[in-house]
Amino acid sequence: MSFEGFMIVSAVLFCIGLYGSLARRNVLAVLMSIELMFNAVNITLVAMAKYLAPAALQDDISSVLTGQVFAIFIITVAAAEIALGLGIVFAMYRTHESVDLTEATQLRN
Amino acid sequence: MVTEAAIWAIFLLPLGSFAFAALVVRPFFNRYSLISGIVTIAALGTALGFSIWTLRSVVLGHNLDFEPFEWLEVGGATIEMGLLVDPLTAVMLVVVSGVSLLVQVYSLGYMKGDASFSRYYAYMSLFTAAMLGLVLASNIIQLYVFWELVGVSSYLLIGFWHERPAAAAAAKKAFIITRIGDVGFIIAILYLFTQADAFAAAGLNAFHIPDIWEAAQPEAAAGAILGGAVLTWLALGIFAGAAGKSGQFPLHTWLPDAMEGPTPVSALIHAATMVAAGVFLVARFFPVFEQSADAMTVVALVGAFTAIFAASMGLVMNDIKRVMAYSTISQLGYMMAALGLGLYAAAIFHLVTHAAFKALLFLGAGSVNHATGTFDMRYMGGLWRHLPVTYVLVVVAGLSLVGIIPLAGFWSKDEILLGAWNGNGPVDTWVSRVTFSALLAGVIVTAFYTIRMIILTFHGEFRGGIDRELEEKAQSAPAGASSPEGNGGHGGVHLAESPWVMVLPMVVLGVGALLLGYLANPQWNEEIGIPKHWITGFLGDGLGAALGAVGHAETLDFSRWMATVSTVAALSGIGLAVLVYLRRRDQRADPLERLKPLHTLLSQKYYLDTLYEDVMVRKGFFKYFAGTVDWIDRNLVDGVVDLIGWFFRNIGTAIGKLQTGQVQAYATGIAFGVLAIILALLLA
Repeated sequence: MSFEGFMIVSAVLFCIGLYGSLARRNVLAVLMSIELMFNAVNITLVAMAKYLAPAALQDDISSVLTGQVFAIFIITVAAAEIALGLGIVFAMYRTHESVDLTEATQLRN
Repeated sequence: MVTEAAIWAIFLLPLGSFAFAALVVRPFFNRYSLISGIVTIAALGTALGFSIWTLRSVVLGHNLDFEPFEWLEVGGATIEMGLLVDPLTAVMLVVVSGVSLLVQVYSLGYMKGDASFSRYYAYMSLFTAAMLGLVLASNIIQLYVFWELVGVSSYLLIGFWHERPAAAAAAKKAFIITRIGDVGFIIAILYLFTQADAFAAAGLNAFHIPDIWEAAQPEAAAGAILGGAVLTWLALGIFAGAAGKSGQFPLHTWLPDAMEGPTPVSALIHAATMVAAGVFLVARFFPVFEQSADAMTVVALVGAFTAIFAASMGLVMNDIKRVMAYSTISQLGYMMAALGLGLYAAAIFHLVTHAAFKALLFLGAGSVNHATGTFDMRYMGGLWRHLPVTYVLVVVAGLSLVGIIPLAGFWSKDEILLGAWNGNGPVDTWVSRVTFSALLAGVIVTAFYTIRMIILTFHGEFRGGIDRELEEKAQSAPAGASSPEGNGGHGGVHLAESPWVMVLPMVVLGVGALLLGYLANPQWNEEIGIPKHWITGFLGDGLGAALGAVGHAETLDFSRWMATVSTVAALSGIGLAVLVYLRRRDQRADPLERLKPLHTLLSQKYYLDTLYEDVMVRKGFFKYFAGTVDWIDRNLVDGVVDLIGWFFRNIGTAIGKLQTGQVQAYATGIAFGVLAIILALLLA
């Protein structure tokens, strides 16, 4: 599979995630869409690490792994973020009896 | 020969006594405020001595051209300060310091016990110093500085009893109205600034007064730098300033109101300082005026009109000082008319004699006030029994004012009338004729109001003084509505002659009013070492010498015919007044009141105060001009400001609407924003 292929998949995935996070009204769906965007970025990072980094940095083996390390970090952060996000969703459900994002407008004005 | 230092001292001594009274006595030794009076009198006495020395030196023809010192250099124009000592200066110095000295001595008695004794003497010193500086100035800018100082000190003195609203208003009025005239004067000075280069090219200084004279002469070697219509406007600008200070129509309204000041101040203002400054200014620039027949015509006609116009208002005034104030305006009209007709020496001669008898009249009014506590002649009467010395002196001064031979006023007024009749001046014959008629009619009116004033004050039965006035005021007005107009600080009636410090200066002035006219200008032959036609010849020669030409030296010989005419006029006025007033049945009513519409017109001062204050100031200025400005401020200026405020307030509301609280809307914005940045970077 070519580098361009990874990029296209990643871009498509990111756009789907972006669309979902902007357009869906359900908080859970929005969280899931955000996860999609994380993963699109992860794909990009790993693909770049595989295809581009060795050409740029032939000698230093550690820098080859930069992309992968980043991906792992992102997965970790995403896990933490989703735990926090779900917590907020719970809190929101308790106060609003709903998980509709359009109703959460307390920060208006 | 008089030294330069002595001449400077004439001006610096009163200035020093001002500084001493204002900076030392008043703050530290106010309990011993008599010191300031004594210091002022000592300073003025010395100044009078130096003035007489200067006069003697000028008479003996000493060279008194002093080198002026440089004061400022602005652009290419050098402004100097110096002394200009000519016969006019010398005569004025003696008059100003002499009258001022006598008034200061008189004030020792009149102002005794006033809480602000030191302040009074400080102002009086400043006033005299400013006038002496004005007389001595050799530079028009220097002259203007003192001109304004005279204005300021008169403001301070008219408003001396500033706790009285009328006095504060009168002071303001005097200051503002003279300032209207000063606009013309400052424009004339500014024009000289624009001509500084032309003057410099001819080796002259645009501000040095003799150089201005020279520049106005068409046949001068330097060529006429000032000429034609410009010269006329320059002269009229200077005349506007003079008219403001000298109370010429239409800027005369401040002078009667200036009576709110202490009476000795009125005497000083009316005799020697403030109002004389205007006549002096025209006389000082006489060589300039003389070159413009139009300007001279204006001066003559304004003077003649003022002479008769002011005198007519003097006929009906009830306040003794106001009668005298209108009389002063009228007499200043004579002087201005004389100057306009080219009778330079006669005008100054009249200024001198007028200084003596008018100062005396005012001091007499002060003396009467001292006894009765009021200035309202309706509450006087019969005072000759109680104030015999004052009575005699006021009669002498009054007859001198009327122009009865051989009193001082006769000789100078006769000189003016004769010159006007001869009509040899630069103006057209009809101007001389009109002026002469007005002045002669003025003699009759003058005689009438003077005698009316004397009869109302000194004859008949006593009508109660201040006590009666207050009583009637209290009856007619609601209780406590208004305070009496009467002069503060002299409450109560005590019918007795004033103390000697007040009488003595009056006696000295009385001798002046009696003898000055003939002795200063003997008509037929030399008298006690004074040559024939001394003062007019002296002044005329001085003017001629300054221009390097003769032509003003001719003096008018006494004309028996003119003396008869003016005496008949004066006697007819006197006779009429005696007829109307002396044997009147009802002592409390003024017979003139029967001429109802005319009396009302005159006692309302031709409604000029109404015109100025109500129509011009309240309606014209406040309502229309200030109203328009206010509308512009409210609607245009504030409108723009309000519009800007409205814009930002409402744009805030509009932008605020974007903030919905919808997280996704924000995120959309961010997403498209990032997209736009990326696109911009890619396309760049």
